[in-house]
Amino acid sequence: MSNTNPLLDVSGLTKHFPIKGGFPIRRTVGAVQAVDGLDFQVAEGESLGLVGESGCGKSTTGRLITRLLEPTGGRVTYRGQDITHANRKQLAPIRSEIQMIFQDPYASLNPRQTVGKIISGPMEINDINPPGGREKRVRELLEIVGLNPEHYNRFPHEFSGGQRQRIGVARALALEPKLIVADEPVSALDVSIQAQVVNLLQKVQRELGIAFVFIAHDLAIVRHFSQRVAVMYLGKIVEIGDREDLYDNPRHPYTRALLSAVPEATVDEEPRERIRLVGDVPSPINPPSGCRFRTRCWKATEKCATEAPPLVQVEGNKPGHLTACHYPETEPTIPAPRLSKDPEAAA
Amino acid sequence: MTLPTPSAAVPLEVTDESVEKVTTSGDPKGGEGRSPGRLAWKRFKRDRTGVISACIVIFFFVIGVAAPLIAKLYGKDPYTTYASQDPSLLDAFSYPAGPNGGMSSEFWFGIEPQLGRDVFTFLLYAIRNSLGIATAATLLTTIVGVVVGVTAGYLGGKTDYLVGRVIDILLSFPSTLFFIAFMPVVYGIFVKPDDNIPTGLVVFSLIVVLSAFGWASIARLLRGQVLGLREREFVEAAKVTGASPMRIVFKELLPNLWTPIIIQSTLMLPAYVTAEAGLAFLGVGVTDPTPDWGVMIGRGATFYTEDITFLLFPGLAMVIFVLAFNLLGDSVRDALDPKSKR
Repeated sequence: MSNTNPLLDVSGLTKHFPIKGGFPIRRTVGAVQAVDGLDFQVAEGESLGLVGESGCGKSTTGRLITRLLEPTGGRVTYRGQDITHANRKQLAPIRSEIQMIFQDPYASLNPRQTVGKIISGPMEINDINPPGGREKRVRELLEIVGLNPEHYNRFPHEFSGGQRQRIGVARALALEPKLIVADEPVSALDVSIQAQVVNLLQKVQRELGIAFVFIAHDLAIVRHFSQRVAVMYLGKIVEIGDREDLYDNPRHPYTRALLSAVPEATVDEEPRERIRLVGDVPSPINPPSGCRFRTRCWKATEKCATEAPPLVQVEGNKPGHLTACHYPETEPTIPAPRLSKDPEAAA
Repeated sequence: MTLPTPSAAVPLEVTDESVEKVTTSGDPKGGEGRSPGRLAWKRFKRDRTGVISACIVIFFFVIGVAAPLIAKLYGKDPYTTYASQDPSLLDAFSYPAGPNGGMSSEFWFGIEPQLGRDVFTFLLYAIRNSLGIATAATLLTTIVGVVVGVTAGYLGGKTDYLVGRVIDILLSFPSTLFFIAFMPVVYGIFVKPDDNIPTGLVVFSLIVVLSAFGWASIARLLRGQVLGLREREFVEAAKVTGASPMRIVFKELLPNLWTPIIIQSTLMLPAYVTAEAGLAFLGVGVTDPTPDWGVMIGRGATFYTEDITFLLFPGLAMVIFVLAFNLLGDSVRDALDPKSKR
């Protein structure tokens, strides 16, 4: 991405969770390296998908950007303003511009508050008085996310999972944010509801021009939703690129393995070759030296153990498509199936 | 929707299905939602034991509050020794002359042996004083417990560790023994050895000491609840929008803690009534001229071989009250927390 002035600029972002131990005096005996040196940018109105296995640091990244967690190192810059270690007061003006949608619609809404209170809460905290009053604005927001504005006085337990997630979206929209971090917004929902919520988010992104950091492990949904995709493995980005480049021409062995694992929706086509990775993801407490994927990579050599591959534009990549591998894949792959017959995706 | 579909998330009893049905189907017009509190109230109203217990408890509180009014209408007070005005009330051995402890149309519950005070008004004032002390102690305990527990749970870390150890020590302390040993020391600080101990000081120190030992259990319970709640995503959602810690505690966490707080305090109050009576019985709480449940039972115990009626009224009243209040506590818990099955 050759945008000179990105909305969000993350460089070298690191989060290590200390492990305490010892008796009688507790001290730090190690660290879970949940996120270890991330670099990426999000342009205005753009949607960046963040994919990877469970425990690779996707959610931690989301919580670092929204500053629910304190980064151990690196920098997070929002519109040229360094917010890496900003405190609550300094963050106050930015809070309304970066919002979050959570994974679990059952845990993310306070069961003791009405929908109206939940959605107007952010406005109350930031002292925003929209014309016509907060209640009118809340009813508008409910309409935008496809809920009945009459449900203003209802409680979360009276809604289904999909409806609750819509309430979560309305709450995030209440402050008219520029960037929404969506932490697996649909993975807790029924498959039939997932599409509805994703389409709602897509509508919101297009119509209101909100940038998204879309965290998911469902590759098909990320492909449907995001213009750019970053693949994470064990706290590092292994490959990042525009959607079509990445899905049609994955260069990192891990990306290739991940894409090959997507289930096929057709029976007529010739079965694709599946890359089966052996072993488990190594522990983030003691990650492998050099390239973190080397323990499960079929191409790993001596060099991979000693030298961490930089995230660069390898030969044959389009601009903006970066891969962190010493031995990038070169053969073309059979494209993974698509979620829908989206004209954009089918191009 | 012809058949009520039982909700999978909440295993409710058969009797709760009608509520669930209404909730899940909902009226198409929307309108006012059913708050968790209102649902609990609906469940409570259907619990017959709970409603009867609540009526008994309310009755006791009403007569406690209205004691002076009732005494005025009745025309007697708990301090006058009626036997000295009319010696025919007591026999030669200072026991009530009439049958059944001297019960008559004039003295409804009879008269006290030896001093000849009116049992009915004495019991009224005893209920008033005992409930007053127990209610004040419960309120103080709850406030201290909530503040300490929620703070420790929300802040975590070193604060939590320190508070946790204090709670451990308090819970392992024999509070009754401590009270018996410690009360004379407290009185010694404020009152000269020869003076009478003012009742106000006794009541005040009773409330303070009962609360000082009582807050630990409620604080521990709430600390655990907050530890669970503060990791919930709705707290993070509030943080993302820039909410202050005060707002998170009071607007987001506290409304979710009302259930354990109400349950704990309704179970705590009868315990305090008995504890206070026990201390008065042992002679370290409220003492004789002041009407009190414990004082009455203590006096009754010295006469019960000759005059059981005098012990019967305060004893029965207390059993009925404590039983009703405990049953009420159970019903409140069932209503607020339908998932907990006894």
